[in-house]
Amino acid sequence: MSLFNIFNVAGSAMSAQSQRLNVVASNIANADSTTSSTGQAYKAKQVVFQAVPMATPEAAGVKVQQVVEDASPPKMVFDPKHPQADEQGYVAMPNVNVVEEMVNMISASRSYQTNVETMNAAKTLLMKTLALGQ
Amino acid sequence: MIGKLDEHLRFNEAALNLRAQRQQLLASNIANADTPNFKARDIDFNKALQGALTKGGSSQAPAPALAKTATVHLSSRNGNAVGDAPLQYRKEQQGNIDGNTVNMDVERNQFTDNAIRYEAGLTLINAQIKKMLSAIQGQ
Repeated sequence: MSLFNIFNVAGSAMSAQSQRLNVVASNIANADSTTSSTGQAYKAKQVVFQAVPMATPEAAGVKVQQVVEDASPPKMVFDPKHPQADEQGYVAMPNVNVVEEMVNMISASRSYQTNVETMNAAKTLLMKTLALGQ
Repeated sequence: MIGKLDEHLRFNEAALNLRAQRQQLLASNIANADTPNFKARDIDFNKALQGALTKGGSSQAPAPALAKTATVHLSSRNGNAVGDAPLQYRKEQQGNIDGNTVNMDVERNQFTDNAIRYEAGLTLINAQIKKMLSAIQGQ
């Protein structure tokens, strides 16, 4: 029954989008973390989505293929009093672009909402199909 | 007699089945709106319905499927088609830098349209069933 499969498709998209939202939250939360477990400034992370075939060939779900670290250089801020400052007095700040992350957050939550609506529509159709002939 | 009942409902049943499959196709387009290099797909519903009706249910035996030894192997049985209509790629209206061709407005529009038509199909079948019931009961 292909309508049931919509739940799998939309559900996979919802979990992928919520993982993206999770990464965005981590990036925003660490926008000022000058040190991390590696001793370096925190590096922004991004998710990479991939389409995966579901039960039938015409349906494609989504999964997070990998989480990549942003390769752009850290922002150097002049602050000689900072404990992490180097000899020249510069502190390496994370390469998180807060504006980009906010846009990413809105995009992820809107996509999530759209998939919830898709699921709701499928549910309505299924309920009406069940009531057939009554 | 039962065969005639079946015949009576077959058109709407085929239409409903195809609508459900198309709904799934549109749902996966919407789900992959942010996937790089994903190409939005759809079917020619008219062609699919004609194909489903001319095939006449079980008169044609399906071709035997090839054995798959790895998950990446493609399906042999007419994999990229719904009914008789091949899956087609949607024409791109505004290019996307990540190679994704899902246009959310078009997809949502088609999704809602398809859902309404599915419900219309349900209403028609319901009416047919009511008609048959009143004919059987004769009241």
